Amino acid sequence: MDSQPLKKTPLHALHVELGARMVPFAGYDMPVQYPGGIIGEHLHVRASAGLFDVSHMGQLRLTAKPGRNAAEALERVVTSDILGLPAGRMRYALFTEESGGILDDLMVSNVGDHLLLVVNAACKEDDEAHLRRAIAKDVEIENLSKRALLALQGPRAEDALARLAPDCRGLSFMGTAFWVIEGERCFVTRSGYTGEDGFEISIPDHAAEHLARRLLAMPEVKPAGLGARDSLRLEAGLPLYGHDIDRTTTPVEAGLAWSIAKRRRTEGGFPGAEVVRRQLAEGTKRKRVGILPEGRQPARDHTEIQDSAGRRLGEITSGGFGPSVNGPIAMGYVESGSASVGQPLGLMVRGKALAAKVVGLPFVKHGYKRN
Amino acid sequence: MSALKYTKEHEWILVEAGVGTVGITPYAQEQLGDVVFVELPEVGRKAEQGKEIAVVESVKAASEIYAPVTGEVVEVNKGLPDEPAKVNSDPLGGGWFFKIKIADAGQLSSLMDETAYKAFCEGLH
Repeated sequence: MDSQPLKKTPLHALHVELGARMVPFAGYDMPVQYPGGIIGEHLHVRASAGLFDVSHMGQLRLTAKPGRNAAEALERVVTSDILGLPAGRMRYALFTEESGGILDDLMVSNVGDHLLLVVNAACKEDDEAHLRRAIAKDVEIENLSKRALLALQGPRAEDALARLAPDCRGLSFMGTAFWVIEGERCFVTRSGYTGEDGFEISIPDHAAEHLARRLLAMPEVKPAGLGARDSLRLEAGLPLYGHDIDRTTTPVEAGLAWSIAKRRRTEGGFPGAEVVRRQLAEGTKRKRVGILPEGRQPARDHTEIQDSAGRRLGEITSGGFGPSVNGPIAMGYVESGSASVGQPLGLMVRGKALAAKVVGLPFVKHGYKRN
Repeated sequence: MSALKYTKEHEWILVEAGVGTVGITPYAQEQLGDVVFVELPEVGRKAEQGKEIAVVESVKAASEIYAPVTGEVVEVNKGLPDEPAKVNSDPLGGGWFFKIKIADAGQLSSLMDETAYKAFCEGLH
């Protein structure tokens, strides 16, 4: 057990003031919920707008050294097309290793003269070390540790943010921009982890609380914690690193090959490229699928999945309750032969096989503004 | 309410004419968060004090309910599985789980009264 004190984000005092239940997460003291409860927060995000503090995540700036190319360098360690990522756009990417396993998933933004990365909190130290080992000769790597990150998510997020940044109405899904908001230069992307429309706002630490209070004072916006963040992303079919994806899962098994552009599949040049190529050609032994239990009993992480004869098919990697679905939902890996939509499954909960079936993802349709 | 007793596992039992109605306390529902699932015992099930008798699950966690006393389940709150949120909104009333015919009334003296339970909860922080 780690005996180090928990780290705090710039919004810590605000969370406590709002009555949040705080829990340790990736070494930080974070709000899992506010007094309204996880279900209320989740539903409010889908109906209106929720504000999440995701400042615990890692933000890294990559600037090319003289005569070098940052996108080219980053492509040596990620699966995505970065060279072809236009300025003002962002993209989903994976850090992989030689075995084809996934080291982390991340978002990469091209802001013209540098790249901005957002990585998972639990992986951020390893990710930074990985980057330094692999590409430090080509890029200056800065840990933007003095910046907070706020996620404003939901169909009314644009209405709320437009009062402070009217240009947000013109930003499309996966677009990026630098705007002055409440006197501070902020980096904003139209993206998120809930399946809804929304924005992620990177702002200097000292200005984070003020912006959060301004947003929370708006009629559309309520605070939302990590509990709701998890139920929202699960309904959206989005993988969580450390659960649905990790070093033992490949991008193809995880259903994330869509994020590997054709050029990268053919040319390779990232760790595990050969494994990806082979798996795309030959298939994989197992696949990540959506799982819908019958009834109301949730099936949690690590629940064994069996067929009707009691043979093991796989395991649940994310399981819980979907407030918008109003029932239990899960994701997991099953052998590829049993991965078709409609396939009946047995989920071993408390010694009994709970009936379930494979379903398509997402459980709730995405609300991205793609225009 | 002198007839209301509490366990260290945050169950309450309200005894009337040898039958105890059982549920979880306001403290327990607050700790759990939004309840999304309950599994009730079958009527006729023999319960043993301290042994698992029911299940309550919230968005984030699964939790067992233990029988506060030994006895036989004589009635269950049939509507509760369809309205698990009642456990949060009315834990001492409509959120009751089951009724148990008490085999040994002496076991009740090992449970806490209201004052003792309140002190117990305060000591948990």
